[in-house]
Amino acid sequence: MSNHKHSAPLSDMVLRVKALESLLVEKGLVDPAAVDALVEAYETKIGPRNGAKVVARAWTDPAFKARLLKDGTAAIAELGFTGLQGEDILVVENTPNLHNLVVCTLCSCYPWSVLGLPPTWYKSPPYRARAVRDPRGVLREFGVELGADVEVRVWDSTAELRYIVLPERPAGSEGLSEDTLAALVTRDAMIGVAKVPTPRERVA
Amino acid sequence: MNGIHDMGGMDGFGPIEREADEPVFHEPWEGRIFALNMAAGALGKWNLDRARYMREQSDPVEYLTLGYYEGWVLRLEAMGVEFGLFTREELERKRTALAAAEKS
Repeated sequence: MSNHKHSAPLSDMVLRVKALESLLVEKGLVDPAAVDALVEAYETKIGPRNGAKVVARAWTDPAFKARLLKDGTAAIAELGFTGLQGEDILVVENTPNLHNLVVCTLCSCYPWSVLGLPPTWYKSPPYRARAVRDPRGVLREFGVELGADVEVRVWDSTAELRYIVLPERPAGSEGLSEDTLAALVTRDAMIGVAKVPTPRERVA
Repeated sequence: MNGIHDMGGMDGFGPIEREADEPVFHEPWEGRIFALNMAAGALGKWNLDRARYMREQSDPVEYLTLGYYEGWVLRLEAMGVEFGLFTREELERKRTALAAAEKS
């Protein structure tokens, strides 16, 4: 924290939030139970496990995958994942020759309905600044080394359109069930800063 | 549009800091302000574009030094006043009263 005029100690933020909540509740504008429910939903229900199910379905059901790449929002809704900041989602597919990376250079747009709320690094200046200028360097920082023959595409999210990466299905995952596959899929792989580990790597 | 929020391509921010097993909210107040923004947004007085615009009007020094959800606190205070949910004075009075109640 700096000593800029608005940089307040944490206790002050706690007080400011309490004041806002209590005022909005008193005026009948906000129901505290609804606030509790929202916090709980984003802490426990709306997270990257949703996206992992979408990916696993795409890996095991070619017709679903085709629908997913054609109209991400509609196909994702088939699994019941709808809602805020998931209104328009484009699914971009990684292949052996193409790697996709998602960023929001302007702020923090992210497909909440399938990935939940973004991690702090996704919202941080270093990632936002560098993902578009040096995506290979960023990927290296995350431990992903791409060959020179692999094209990298960077998708800059907007309030209107959010992206999720359909990662490559890892080697050695043939014959695994959809649920087992979903357990392999990480949040970072769906942002495009990681590859999905093979079942062997996952165990190691 | 060349505000501080338009960060794509900027130099000098250093390495990307990551936190292992990061919680969704680091402090309870972060969850409250997130949910309050959603609940107040659902009143339909403003839309997402307006909320983004408010965030992008931030003082650049403030934008870079405030934590993410601290920015959400300032934004909801500003939007609530601008769209007539409450006045700045009501907010100040409420804060003073809550602070006094905590001390007693």
